[in-house]
Amino acid sequence: MTVAMEKPETSGEARQSAPPPPPAPVRRISRSMVVGAILVVWLVLFALLRGKQTLALAAADLTDLHRWLNDVNDSIGANRNSNPLFLYFFNEIRLVIDNLVTFVQDLISQPSGDRPLPQIGWLGVVGLVGYVSWAVANWRVALLAVAGFTFLGLQGLWQESMDTLALTLSAVLVALLFALPLGVWAGLSDRANRIATPFLDFMQTMPTFVYLAPLTLFFLIGGASATIATVIYAAPPALRITAHAIRSVPATTVEAADSMGATRRQSLLKVLLPMSKRTVVMGVNQTIMAALAMVTIAALIDAPGLGKTVVQALQSLDVGTAFNAGLAIVVMAIVLDRVTTAASGRAEAARRNAGPLLKWRRHLLVAGGAVAAVLVYLSHTYVWAAEFPGEGSTGSNIAKAADNVTTWAQDNLSGLTNGFRDVITNGLLNPFQTLLTDSPWWLVGAALIGIAVVLGGPRAGITTAVCVGLLVATGVWSDGMTTLASTVVATVLVMLLGVVFGVWMGRSALVDRLVRPTLDAAQVMPPFVYLVPFLALFGATRFTAIVAAIVYAAPVAIKIIADGVRTVPATTVEAATSTGCNTWQIITKVQLPMARSALTLATNQGLIYVLAMVVVGGLVGAGALGYDVVAGFSQGQLYGKGLAAGLAIVLLGVMFDRITQAAARRTSD
Amino acid sequence: MARHWRAGAAGLAVLGLTLTACGGAKVGDSSEAGGSGSSGKCGTFNLAVNPWVGYEADAAVVAYVAENDLKCKVTKKDLKEEIAWQGFGTGEVDTVLENWGHDDLKKKYITQQKTAVEAGSTGNKGIIGWYVPPWLAKAHPDITNWKNLNKYAANFKTSESGGKGQLLDGDPSYVTNDEALVKNLKLDFKVVYAGSETALIQAYRDAEKNKKWVIGYFYEPQWFLSEVPLVKVDLPAYKTGCDADPAKVACDYPVYDLDKIVSAKFAKSGSPAYDLVKKFNWTNDDQNTVAKYIAVDKMTPEAAAKKWVDANRAKVDAWIK
Repeated sequence: MTVAMEKPETSGEARQSAPPPPPAPVRRISRSMVVGAILVVWLVLFALLRGKQTLALAAADLTDLHRWLNDVNDSIGANRNSNPLFLYFFNEIRLVIDNLVTFVQDLISQPSGDRPLPQIGWLGVVGLVGYVSWAVANWRVALLAVAGFTFLGLQGLWQESMDTLALTLSAVLVALLFALPLGVWAGLSDRANRIATPFLDFMQTMPTFVYLAPLTLFFLIGGASATIATVIYAAPPALRITAHAIRSVPATTVEAADSMGATRRQSLLKVLLPMSKRTVVMGVNQTIMAALAMVTIAALIDAPGLGKTVVQALQSLDVGTAFNAGLAIVVMAIVLDRVTTAASGRAEAARRNAGPLLKWRRHLLVAGGAVAAVLVYLSHTYVWAAEFPGEGSTGSNIAKAADNVTTWAQDNLSGLTNGFRDVITNGLLNPFQTLLTDSPWWLVGAALIGIAVVLGGPRAGITTAVCVGLLVATGVWSDGMTTLASTVVATVLVMLLGVVFGVWMGRSALVDRLVRPTLDAAQVMPPFVYLVPFLALFGATRFTAIVAAIVYAAPVAIKIIADGVRTVPATTVEAATSTGCNTWQIITKVQLPMARSALTLATNQGLIYVLAMVVVGGLVGAGALGYDVVAGFSQGQLYGKGLAAGLAIVLLGVMFDRITQAAARRTSD
Repeated sequence: MARHWRAGAAGLAVLGLTLTACGGAKVGDSSEAGGSGSSGKCGTFNLAVNPWVGYEADAAVVAYVAENDLKCKVTKKDLKEEIAWQGFGTGEVDTVLENWGHDDLKKKYITQQKTAVEAGSTGNKGIIGWYVPPWLAKAHPDITNWKNLNKYAANFKTSESGGKGQLLDGDPSYVTNDEALVKNLKLDFKVVYAGSETALIQAYRDAEKNKKWVIGYFYEPQWFLSEVPLVKVDLPAYKTGCDADPAKVACDYPVYDLDKIVSAKFAKSGSPAYDLVKKFNWTNDDQNTVAKYIAVDKMTPEAAAKKWVDANRAKVDAWIK
């Protein structure tokens, strides 16, 4: 459920281009004064017009748009066996992808043909993973990969993990097949890039729940639908980062090639692609991560693997089992992340170390390949190497420990957490939500447009106006405003955490090294796993949804801010220290102001990540758009409304992205 | 260099041979491994599993009997109701085992698209209603009459209910008239959507443990009732037709006769699995027993089904005769 992973780099570009000049105080004050004035006018009008024209819609009510979407859905379902589009297009796609998934599953996860076990057993997979990691990256990562995969087996989740891996690999393969060529095209052509961007935004912000049901309608239940759902979500990062990589090859280099008479094709193959290889691999990395984030969602349409274990455990509130499976997803994500990250750096490392080592390497590679082949053969032939030995007792121990921790927290902390919830809900969330939902829609719209113009400029204002208009048209305006209130409160809390931990990590490399793995885990752990403990701590409320969103969004904000603080030149900090500033003054007067563009970017990403959790929030009492989307997935007559709610989430995302990006550009100017 | 390479290869070959020599059992050696291959005349039986433990119990037992007595190859598919019914037309799903009066889906798939047919009752009685935790019913016995609810409305206030009492609803796929009921019975309550069954159960569990005030939607048969025996609140009695107009409902939910739906193709296939589904019939207690094995005792569905089938052989024999 992540969004727009490439954005940190665009800001990096902005940051490199010009060291931020001291802020122009006069303009800034006037800008915040205008925003203040808008808010005052809004409050006054709110007091006068409260409860009028709020466009509220009850949970079971529908608009004409929703009914029309229902009808479209029904007619597709009724005609799918006679429609040539299905017979010759969708069915063919399904067949190809189904065969791909089944092939990979036969290889590593599912009994294939007459065999009771897959073609390659655990020993072979571990051997192959180790060998490939070593070949594309280095031996240290290979060791980590072997340890990680062995751990999956010890957890008693070998087959589930391999199912997840098979699905992830198939989805990434298909995604790259489309994303890389399109990314190169978008990198070469400005127009292609402009056309692609809104589609990519749409693919990443549209909640997956919204298109799960239509996908099963088009591609039936099973591997193909799950893979396609994953592809839709996971392809954009690779496409965007590829385009970005091609674009950031220095113009002078391309000109040099042109002046030497290289054709377009030659300059692409010999200059652009080799020079952007490193960044492209990072894109592949992001695509793999996004695919893994879909594992639990895809389980809702019968995708096999770890996600299924998590979802089933959730039904009986079995936190331990869900945590065990969630941990397996985290381990797999960490292994794949480290291997691809190291692989992207390898090419350079190898170029630097070219020489006698290179010759040795070739022999070692052949020898390693032979070892891997032997292991694969063994695991194909012998039961002990094919079936992971042992009972997976590590898994049940982990489950038990997770259960104990959860029970302890529930018994001892719920008084504290409930108090905290009530303070935030009554002090911040309820007044803000009332302001948004009880004001007339045109007043809220006008205020949003006004703020957008002041912060982001006229173009951001136009985008906001369009988004407000479309939000009204979706028929779920009131729910949209409820969601907006929770989203803003969650983002404020995310930024608080982001500043505290970001500064701390930015100032100390040791803290950074200690905290970072936790942040990685929080981003990859499926939210379904921590919903049950959060429900116990905070009840089925909007606040539970906010806490879940913070767990998912805070790591991004923290990482960006830490990065921003670290790039403040050491000389500047030293100069401040020599003039007698204490630590607090250095942070507030030097480091934070100079990292302002990082702060704005963190707000942008924080908000969009929070929006990505709206649907999950709908499962734990947040209601509003999240609930509408889940309801649309569950009930036929609410299908159209769910789709409209999904669109509304996309619109909120686009609106905030454009405002904060424009604001970021202004502050860094 | 070539010498290194040769030595390495030789070493590997030796290693490989050693490992092979002490190999052990080969894949496909053992006779029991062939079990899944002998599917007989039953063939593949695609069973949808909807996401609640009671249904999982139904599915576990039917799958166990189909696999062990009828030698079918059972493929379970974890799906929500709407998606499962979609699967009837495409041949992806043969059977939905526990349908909770989804008249909308019946109209769409049985009457209009004709891809599904009914296969009779499961024997389970589905009871929907408003429930309170047992401690509350004990402390205030009159709370189980809806007429007294307004008296206690203030106690059910939460941060989500906007000054009124909170009536907690669950998963969006539930059949519910609660918003209309609150309005038409003039109750000082607000329906708050927990959004999932998990959230609902957690709320009740917490309420019983910490003596909190909670009232909400719930249903039987349900494994959770064996952990916390929730008490049902009486709404105005159900009479046929009193829920005809969804906006004007002011009566309790009917008792649902839970039934089975199969795809039209499957019904005509002559598969013994279809006969099993048709004859499958048991009580709420039976289902709760198996559901408890799965949810509370954490047995696998297969193990839970085996335990129940071994103890109730006579019932099972009646299904497969």
